[in-house]
Amino acid sequence: MASSDVARQPDKAVRPLGLDGHVGFDSLPDQLVNKSICQGFCFNILCIGETGIGKSTLMDTLFNTNFENFESSHFEPQVKLRAQTYDLQESNVRLRLTVVNTVGFGDQMNKQESYQPVVDYIDRQFESYLQEELKIKRSLHNYHDSRVHACLYFISPSGHSLKSLDLVTMKKLDSKVNIIPVIAKADTISKSELHKFKIKIMSELVSNGVQIYQFPLDDETVAKVNTTMNGHLPFAVVGSTEEVSVGNKMVKARQYPWGVVQVENENHCDFVKLREMLICVNMEDLREQTHTRHYELYRRCKLEEMGFKDTDPECKPVSLQQTYEAKRQEFLVELQRREDEMRQMFVQRVKEKEGELKEAERDLQSRFEQLKRLHADEKASLEEKKRHLDDDQSSFSKRRAAAHLLQAQSLTVNGKKDKDRKNSGFM
Amino acid sequence: MERDRIAGSEVSLSHSNMSESAKVHHPGPPVKAEKTHGSDFSYVGIDAILEQMRRKAMKQGFEFNIMIVGQSGLGKSTLMNTLFKSKVSRKSVQPSPEERIPKTIEIKSVSHDVEEKGVRMKLTVIDTPGFGDQINNENCWQPIMKFINDQYEAYLQEEININRKKRIPDSRVHCCIYFIPPTGHCLRPLDVEFMRRLSKVVNIVPVIAKADTLTLEERDDFKQTIREELRANGIDVYPQKEFDEDAEDRIINDKIREMIPFAVVGSDQEYQVNGKRILGRKTKWGTIEVENIAHCEFAYLRDLLIRTHMQNIKDITGSIHYETYRVRRLNESNGHFTSLPAVEPKTNGLPAEQPAALQANGVAAQHGALSHEM
Repeated sequence: MASSDVARQPDKAVRPLGLDGHVGFDSLPDQLVNKSICQGFCFNILCIGETGIGKSTLMDTLFNTNFENFESSHFEPQVKLRAQTYDLQESNVRLRLTVVNTVGFGDQMNKQESYQPVVDYIDRQFESYLQEELKIKRSLHNYHDSRVHACLYFISPSGHSLKSLDLVTMKKLDSKVNIIPVIAKADTISKSELHKFKIKIMSELVSNGVQIYQFPLDDETVAKVNTTMNGHLPFAVVGSTEEVSVGNKMVKARQYPWGVVQVENENHCDFVKLREMLICVNMEDLREQTHTRHYELYRRCKLEEMGFKDTDPECKPVSLQQTYEAKRQEFLVELQRREDEMRQMFVQRVKEKEGELKEAERDLQSRFEQLKRLHADEKASLEEKKRHLDDDQSSFSKRRAAAHLLQAQSLTVNGKKDKDRKNSGFM
Repeated sequence: MERDRIAGSEVSLSHSNMSESAKVHHPGPPVKAEKTHGSDFSYVGIDAILEQMRRKAMKQGFEFNIMIVGQSGLGKSTLMNTLFKSKVSRKSVQPSPEERIPKTIEIKSVSHDVEEKGVRMKLTVIDTPGFGDQINNENCWQPIMKFINDQYEAYLQEEININRKKRIPDSRVHCCIYFIPPTGHCLRPLDVEFMRRLSKVVNIVPVIAKADTLTLEERDDFKQTIREELRANGIDVYPQKEFDEDAEDRIINDKIREMIPFAVVGSDQEYQVNGKRILGRKTKWGTIEVENIAHCEFAYLRDLLIRTHMQNIKDITGSIHYETYRVRRLNESNGHFTSLPAVEPKTNGLPAEQPAALQANGVAAQHGALSHEM
């Protein structure tokens, strides 16, 4: 899969031709470099490691600046990623560096899902590049490439072996990003322990099938140094931004009561090796691997997932466009079907509701009738009672009238009798 | 956010100017980290990426595809051979007159691997015998246009593949040299028509062929006329004004634009002049030195094409002409799905500006919708 395979395969139609004089296209690499200087470079590093293991300090030391860092607490409920972008410049080279740090990695009680935010972040960067690449009107040359080019995995200097969290995380990431494992805080391990530790780590990685980034060996100029460095993996690093005077120079170091650990002293730690490999020798290769291997893999998987294929069942090449159109038709048909379904459901619901309402209306109607009848009954009985009462009343008044009459009559009769007696008295 | 400059070693790469010897100076590989350790411990090594890029470029090699268009007998093949100092094109002098002029325009593409000072390049010269030679030359640009678009199409197909190659072979035409016959009057309708159509899809570099038939005054007048005609017809030849990146570029390119079209003379014969063996044409009245800028402008053409602007030519082809083609092509297939008027594939390669812009992200939006569905 080396890039040299495709680039210079002897083409049968192409004859080598000797030149009779100086033509001048040997300036092409310079033209290319000039263009890149104008455009600037882009590099993205992801640092994964437990809280307090020295990620930010190492970044500061590597790039010789003071990135704004916050000390994270140990009580993060979930692993988060914090990305910060900086513009650096050295002589005439402008670099846009993005440093992504994990926050809270390894702090949770349950670390099963710790790797997920990291994987999601990496995938998101690939996805946004893929989207840009698939656009109709695209500007890939101005696009700020945010894909992770290198992943520094910080191993805790226990001296024994890798933690299972380390293995699980690295296994999930090895097909997505170039992993460079480093042993952090290497000044806590003695030389002999370090040697055994490194061997143990590498053998564990191999036995678990974790593919870490190997420095490329295909270019003769750097093959030798890369081979040596491959043997020193993982790098045992110490980071420090403080300066201590050693001899008559100020060097970056960590001062202990028992001595001074110099960061840039190759006998003390592998920091210089890391800087050399990561920046001075292989930065371009890291970028290229990310683009041609990891990104292509992501792209292939994503497109296949969406149903695109290069060849259809008869093994005839299918253009992306055809597949796309077919998918689009499918999508439209599906949309139509869903619409119809929804419409039907809606109509049904309406009918149901209507039925319900009618029921309720009928109910109410019958109740009303009932009440009316009750009312009429009541009224009738009341009328009856009233009539009775009236009858009683009238019969009572008749009797009274009759009684009065009788009384009056009897009075008159008595008066007449008296009158008669009176009258008879005279006679 | 801006950070301070980090002191480091100097790597100077000067951008050469047209009027000078056009050699790009390169002072050797930059000093490595260990060597500057004495006083400069703040060195990070970011500028070493330039060296890494250079190494990668040298290893991969380059590709360059150049097309030559012009009537037969204008010295196209000779010019190619002079430009690349080797027999890249076979001259068509030998065959008999009947065979020499093809009935239709052919497109002949020949590739060579050349190497200079460790830099390897695959040079492809695309010849177009038969152009402008028929009696009726209407639509003679069509086969050429089709060829150029076919190359774009091949690249596009490879690019949208799922399993695609690590490095897509670039067969796109980077530069088209158009040969203007040295009439001394003005451009012919054929020239105007061809350049007008093709300047939209490929970088055109017009040259006045066989310029040794013009005196210096005639040459200047002719060039002036040509420049005015190009301007009047809205033909944008390389270097195009709209693609100048910054002020520095504009200054350099303006100087070039003042000299276009280059009056060239080609030759692959060497003669002794003043004790040196140089390429030239020997006549009874003198020897015309090809690389002498007092005699003809071949050196300027060579510097432009090869020594200073080759990368730029390739970039413009890749990022502008190819992208234009891609936009048009991807919109074409979406054309009858949207409610906008369908983008008519015009044969002159002119992209329909407004509809394309309106539905610029049509595919992306639908794509996005699809990805939600799946």
